[in-house]
Amino acid sequence: MLTILFDGVAYGMLLFILACGLTVTLGLMNFINLAHGAFAMAGGYVTVIMMNRYGISFYWCLPAAFIVSALIGLVLERTLYQWLYQAPHLDQVLFSIGLVFMAIAATDYFMGGQQQLINLPPELSGRMDVFGVGVGRYRLFTIIVCAVLAVVLQLILSKTRFGSRLRAAVDDRRVAMGLGINVPVVFALTFAFGSGLAGLGGAMGAEILGLDPNFPLKFMIYFLIVVSVGGTSTVSGPFLAALLLGIADVAGKYYVPAIGPFVIYALMIVMLIVRPNGLFSRGSR
Amino acid sequence: MSAVQQETNVTAKSSTATAESRAAKLMKRRSRVRFYEIIVWIAAIAAYFLLPSKMLILTEIAILALFAVSLDLVLGFAGIVSLGHTAFFGLGAYVAGLLALHYVAEPVTGLIVAGAVSGILGLLTSFLILRGSDLTRLMTTLGIGLMMAEVANQMAWLTGGADGLSGFSPGAILGLFEFDLFGKTGYIYCLIVLFIGTMIMRRIAFSPFGISLKAIKANPMRAGMIAVPARKRVVTVYTIAAVFAGMAGALLTQTTSFVSPDVLAFHRSADVLLVLVIGGTGYLYGGIFGAVFFTLIKDWLSVITPQYWMFYIGMLLVILVLIGRDRLARWVEYLPERFSKKEDGK
Repeated sequence: MLTILFDGVAYGMLLFILACGLTVTLGLMNFINLAHGAFAMAGGYVTVIMMNRYGISFYWCLPAAFIVSALIGLVLERTLYQWLYQAPHLDQVLFSIGLVFMAIAATDYFMGGQQQLINLPPELSGRMDVFGVGVGRYRLFTIIVCAVLAVVLQLILSKTRFGSRLRAAVDDRRVAMGLGINVPVVFALTFAFGSGLAGLGGAMGAEILGLDPNFPLKFMIYFLIVVSVGGTSTVSGPFLAALLLGIADVAGKYYVPAIGPFVIYALMIVMLIVRPNGLFSRGSR
Repeated sequence: MSAVQQETNVTAKSSTATAESRAAKLMKRRSRVRFYEIIVWIAAIAAYFLLPSKMLILTEIAILALFAVSLDLVLGFAGIVSLGHTAFFGLGAYVAGLLALHYVAEPVTGLIVAGAVSGILGLLTSFLILRGSDLTRLMTTLGIGLMMAEVANQMAWLTGGADGLSGFSPGAILGLFEFDLFGKTGYIYCLIVLFIGTMIMRRIAFSPFGISLKAIKANPMRAGMIAVPARKRVVTVYTIAAVFAGMAGALLTQTTSFVSPDVLAFHRSADVLLVLVIGGTGYLYGGIFGAVFFTLIKDWLSVITPQYWMFYIGMLLVILVLIGRDRLARWVEYLPERFSKKEDGK
């Protein structure tokens, strides 16, 4: 029971790291980016290539995954995404689905369609007992890293100058521009940072979530759930939503395997009907 | 505008009368049969005689066209971005398959039952899309689509699970026309259903009801102010679209004698959106033009790169959006406007 809870928390933490970039894209730029999972997949594959082909340590792969995904995000934001901020939502949806399709086919072409495996360092694999509860070492590692990241994110958003610029741009883009904040640069940096976090999440999640070319489609719905349930105005909202989703999903798959995914989707739809603007939103926009 | 101003000088009663007759004339003009519509149907019939070896792909086009036209009713007229339209398509496909397997093999019955069942699902789920923003709708429709796929996958005792449903063959249409090996009957059958379906939807779309939908799309609040019951209209049109999507699914089942969980897959929803983007939204025939192009492109690509055609479909989507789909879809306006030479009465 506690083990399930623990696994659920680890899973939820991962989902948070994966999805918090999307929170920014959606909330800040009002851009429906269904291709967010593609950045996560890029991070995952960077790790796989570095570890399995070049034998680089897992710990170096994580920052590398972050940097590569962030660079891809930055380039795509400057070249493609920025033209579509003002476009209707249908265009954004189509555009990002197109990107997802391209990413899936390209990954399939270069890496093959099979499930990718990574070999964790020995100190991270296996289980240990903490007060009688079976705890996966890697999951513990995930929880610690993700929790630190969440705290850092919260601090960046609330304490630094960049964070306050970002929040200003979220609240009112025009007024923020009027105050001399270079909103496009803030957008681009934030987008890159969010993509990087997704890449990091993909690298760390390769062990727990699995990694194959269909990754962006498989987890798209999870990211969207996190964002739509958590709302887009805070860090804590998506964080709690991701934790809830992670625990519910793991518990659902364990106790009622036949209808596990069904429960998640049903919960999401109910949630959207009851609170269309997210569970923890600051009222309607 | 100036005409309206002149009319205000006339007495109120007669101005209402003239306004009404003007409105009626405008409606008539809007709904007049266009030149290209005739061409489409002539071409579809001609294809039957000219391309006897291509019946299967023609059938595929007809089915996809019906599916896309039904989505256009929701997307192009009511302005609802749906990522889960395939839920109705898939439900219709499964209903038709189960009906043929266990009860009646007669296709038209199956078609009507499949449409009705999908319509019921459409009616039930339409209440979920009334609230919230585009994103909420997107999520809800996507969730419904995924839920249906999950149901079909899990209820293996009924649907055959991942293996799909097979082992049935559709009977003769109305007890008269047997399906033949080359799919000729199948094509004519699908074409007739497509024609009737498009005509019904055309009637709906160019009626005052359809125009009120466009008003809701443009601005729901203002539509409410001029006494358009937005919620009711959206529920109605969503249900109608679900009926036709279900029928398209039933057609697929009946012409292929097979249902796989693929009918509920996400990429189908994306495909049908792409079809509408290629053809253009908001005038119904976009679904048909788009279906023709999309099927031909897909067929051509899957010959060149059997495994990676998805990449080019994705690239096509990205390029289309970046160029601006409005610009592309406008080509239809360059075609001759009127088919009949009747004057407008201007």
